[in-house]
Amino acid sequence: MSVVIETPRSRKRPGFNLEKYGWMYMRLSGVLLVILIFGHLFANLMVGEGIHAINFAFVAGKWASPFWQVWDVTMLVLALIHGTNGMRTLVNDYAEVEWIRRTLVWLLWIVCATLIVIGILALTTFTPCGDASSISLLGKDGANVAALCPVK
Amino acid sequence: MATATTEAPVEIGVIPSFDVTIRVRRFNPEVSEESTWQDFHVTMFGTDRVLDALHKIKWEHDGSLTFRRSCAHGVCGSDAMRINGRNRLACKTLIKDLNINEPITVEPIKGLEVEKDLVVDMNPFYQAYRDIKPFLIANDKPEKERLQSAEQRARFDDTTKCILCAACTTSCPVFWTDGQYFGPAAIVNAHRFIFDSRDEGAEVRLDILNDKEGVWRCRTTFNCTEACPRGIQVTRAVAEVKQAILRGRA
Ligand code: HEM
Ligand code: SF4
Ligand code: FES
Repeated sequence: MSVVIETPRSRKRPGFNLEKYGWMYMRLSGVLLVILIFGHLFANLMVGEGIHAINFAFVAGKWASPFWQVWDVTMLVLALIHGTNGMRTLVNDYAEVEWIRRTLVWLLWIVCATLIVIGILALTTFTPCGDASSISLLGKDGANVAALCPVK
Repeated sequence: MATATTEAPVEIGVIPSFDVTIRVRRFNPEVSEESTWQDFHVTMFGTDRVLDALHKIKWEHDGSLTFRRSCAHGVCGSDAMRINGRNRLACKTLIKDLNINEPITVEPIKGLEVEKDLVVDMNPFYQAYRDIKPFLIANDKPEKERLQSAEQRARFDDTTKCILCAACTTSCPVFWTDGQYFGPAAIVNAHRFIFDSRDEGAEVRLDILNDKEGVWRCRTTFNCTEACPRGIQVTRAVAEVKQAILRGRA
């Protein structure tokens, strides 16, 4: 009689998987987001008149500057992918039925991609100076915006 | 024989005793699909551990109470259970250290299927352990001793202390919701070989743990470190394995 010791079974060959890169991304984007988010909060809420300065014209003024455009696009893309990947982790934790899990993860990335596209469009094509009638819609802010806009 | 002694017999300190309620989560699949709480009132001593209370219940109150234990001294790792909501070894938990004014709850460890009362199916846990190849992998013939410096030995000393009690893995919220996750205990035991200078299988093990269900599932909750009855820095070991995977070597 010989004792057969089974060869330890290893899980199915770990093929290429993105988990490592996901893990690294969460940390790298986290570090950048600390700078971007707190820089954003500081510029909006603390500098000058602080929070009282925020209105349509303030945002329009910021988005007229390539510096803030790049800042905001970076923040938008990094945070959305970060948040979506974080939510993917939660879905992987709690979804027990495989097709539901897959569907939810797909939905997450579709929403993420859509928001990134809309966000980038808004940030790069934004023009505060529509025609006079749209400026008048802004009420009190309209005067500030009109001051920003070149005279037609 | 009897050597008469003139001295009075030494007064032995009286060990204080107290009454305590042990609230055990009972489950018997032959009777019901549901588990229920059952209270036992026992008189215990200040030197008694939760395991002693379970013994007393089994031996004097209800012989059907089912649990695992072997060494009764914190060595074998058979009696990890959830005591007052925390994973501990019943044989290392003094009752007097718990709040004896309230019932002491005793439940099976979470995340593994309960077979009866406090006994769970440990197979998935052992399978994850087997999967990380918990043995020396060395290619040279074992003709002479494999020498190792004190520093090299110290590198993985902490993780050699594991007794495979599963307290860590079954305290991990990721494991609770995803039973496929290797879990801290398997990673601790992989760490024990990955950082052993005599071992040559680090790459294989790092590859195994660089898996969808491997180290990246860890979210640094620290439950495992808190649960470990051996005081192993479990979360740290997991982090070191993550770092090793990023580096591509031990
Ligand atoms: C202030 C800068 C931020 C830092 C430093 C940061 C850092 C991190 C890190 C390191 C993780 C991974 C945790 C783990 O794997 O254990 C994480 C997870 C996550 N982050 Fe962020 N993050 C930041 C901002 C954000 C923002 C703005 C959002 C939302 C858009 C967000 C949403 C999430 C979500 C949903 C998770 C997953 C939570 C979980 O795994 O339990 N984070 N964050
Ligand atoms: S690391 Fe600690 S808690 Fe986990 S199985 Fe080993 S001894 Fe038990
Ligand atoms: S019975 Fe062996 S560790 Fe508790």
